[in-house]
Amino acid sequence: MGRPVDLDRRTTSAAMATGGSTTGQAPGRWLRTARLPRQPFLRHGLITLVAGVALFLLTDSLGPFNDFQMAQIAIYAVAVAGLGLLTGWNGQISLGHGALMAVGAFATAELNIHTNVALALQILAGVAAAAVAGVIVGMIAARLRGPYLAGATLALALALPEIAVKYSTVLGGEEGLTLNPLTSPRSVNLDRWMAWISLLCALLVTMLLANLATSRFGRAFRAVRDDEIAASLAGINVARTQVLAFVVSSACAGLAGSLLGLAVGNVGPQSFEVALSISLLAAMVIGGTGGMLGAWIGGFFLVYVPQWSSSVSHSLHLSTAVESNLSLAFYGVVLMVVIIVAPSGIQGGIEAAARLAGRLAFGRPPLLAPAESDLVSPSPATDTPRPIRNPKEDT
Amino acid sequence: MTRFFDLTLNGVTNGMIYALVALGLVLIWRATRVINFAQGAMAMFTTYLSVSLLDRSVGYWWAFAFALFAGLVFGAVVERVLVRPVENKPPINAVIVTLGLLILLEALAGAIWGGQDRAFPAAFSQAGLKVGRTQLAFSRFDVFIVVIVFAMMLALLALFQGSDLGLRMRASAFAPEVSRLLGVRVGRMLTLGWALASLAGSLAGVLVAPLVLLFPNNMDTVLIFSFTAAIIGGLESPIGALIGGIVVGLSLSYVGGYLGSSLETLGALAILLVVLMLRPEGIFSRAAPRRV
Repeated sequence: MGRPVDLDRRTTSAAMATGGSTTGQAPGRWLRTARLPRQPFLRHGLITLVAGVALFLLTDSLGPFNDFQMAQIAIYAVAVAGLGLLTGWNGQISLGHGALMAVGAFATAELNIHTNVALALQILAGVAAAAVAGVIVGMIAARLRGPYLAGATLALALALPEIAVKYSTVLGGEEGLTLNPLTSPRSVNLDRWMAWISLLCALLVTMLLANLATSRFGRAFRAVRDDEIAASLAGINVARTQVLAFVVSSACAGLAGSLLGLAVGNVGPQSFEVALSISLLAAMVIGGTGGMLGAWIGGFFLVYVPQWSSSVSHSLHLSTAVESNLSLAFYGVVLMVVIIVAPSGIQGGIEAAARLAGRLAFGRPPLLAPAESDLVSPSPATDTPRPIRNPKEDT
Repeated sequence: MTRFFDLTLNGVTNGMIYALVALGLVLIWRATRVINFAQGAMAMFTTYLSVSLLDRSVGYWWAFAFALFAGLVFGAVVERVLVRPVENKPPINAVIVTLGLLILLEALAGAIWGGQDRAFPAAFSQAGLKVGRTQLAFSRFDVFIVVIVFAMMLALLALFQGSDLGLRMRASAFAPEVSRLLGVRVGRMLTLGWALASLAGSLAGVLVAPLVLLFPNNMDTVLIFSFTAAIIGGLESPIGALIGGIVVGLSLSYVGGYLGSSLETLGALAILLVVLMLRPEGIFSRAAPRRV
């Protein structure tokens, strides 16, 4: 204890009971006008708007190759944000998010090929299909904990692509399904159009998730993560909360899969292997699960690490075998090192710095109130049921 | 009918291998409350090490022994370096660390030995034995698999139940604090537990490679099948792991034989979910109810 990080953790159950907002005594009141709004929805909307304008200007100044990468970053950010919601805020691990992305991607692909409904509907169908899958998986997941859940979702990630191979007439088999190309407005090239769609979706999703995190549901997620018994004593339906988290997370994965299919133009089982699920986990761990910035950082890494590793391999004249495996090796090392050495990821580091700077400058908690993650601090092992604490002991 | 018989024999052989990996998972779970998702990848890696010895025309049995020895050392190193730091953290951290090791090892194997399938020699002939005029789907190598897995299990049983060292290992797994007070070097016992589990895993790796070929993620499905076996056995009991392994081996052999081999993993997922939903403490576990 003693770190400001723990404030949020300790106050979740109290805040839930009162329904009030958590942090923030503001001694530096004179600076209030220069700050972001304290009303979370307003704040998130404002950040989203600014980020949106910045990204729009960025795509405008970049070439077409970068457009595709921007789209990919946005797409992975959606998936990582969803996984962060599930693992970081709700404490459920999923190694099956690659498979859930596949569900969204295949649903979109089927609509895209066999009907001519609007693009938005194709994407929404992907989201809906993944959400339905999320209900089923989530209901199972709500009964499982930690390693059991990891094993079951890993089995899902391995098994689901097999369905695409087995029913190859409908799902395209090993080669996958080839989608009809997008049509973009006349003045915009195709990649840029896809980048805009993806960025728009990603900004909306991260804004909605940030809102969700600060809402009653977000507090319930974290309360369940921190202590299921205490949460259920506080009146939270633990199982329902866990299923809800899984459905939201899964819908995000579906959206990401759907957009990825549209951007790449092909949907096949090979794009959604176990390696994807674990890469998403690595991206989440790199970014940190504290907030939405981490998801974007994670998406950025997922796009640029393979590129960096291929350029490193080229400049060092490494073989193609090394080149094609370097990024996965990097993810593996990152997963281990970050969890062992710095469990809060990059965003955690940024926030710690911001908090320090903020405290030095204003004596006040930071701008973006972080959603504390269970990957962060060495909390007591969760398998020993904690006794109901006397509130006095906490202080 | 012969087909059913063949599938049964095939299922038993595969089941013994799953049982072996499951045994490793159980040993590690009992010692450190961690599911080692890298168990399969570690075995794959030691199998690759032994195949590179074979490439340098070392004898088969030397390479075989080297794989087991490498597994022993590897398990100990992994426990000391990677698992020890996350031991008293939330269980999710240990899961993520072993997953990181899983993809690191697969990537390393791909980078060093290439991603293409490799043949791995079997210790004995893989041609089916003949009884009278009918040829069984059961070869000398399958006999060897069954025998050596049983031998391994008996050796571990003797170690755990019959020796002083085994008693100390069991004590540190079940009551670390008390054992520490009684002078047991708990840390060393945990390391030894990981080493033995990894040894069992690398034996499985060498045994399975002739059947499914050797490639960087050839143990992924084996790991999931073995995880299912261990869950059936209740994750605590070595005997349960053996029975669970055979149950999984048989069921998947029938699923693969009658419904199509591409549905095996789906079958394992179905078995896993049914067991986890209906009897999460496992079918062979007498342990008190515990959170799953």
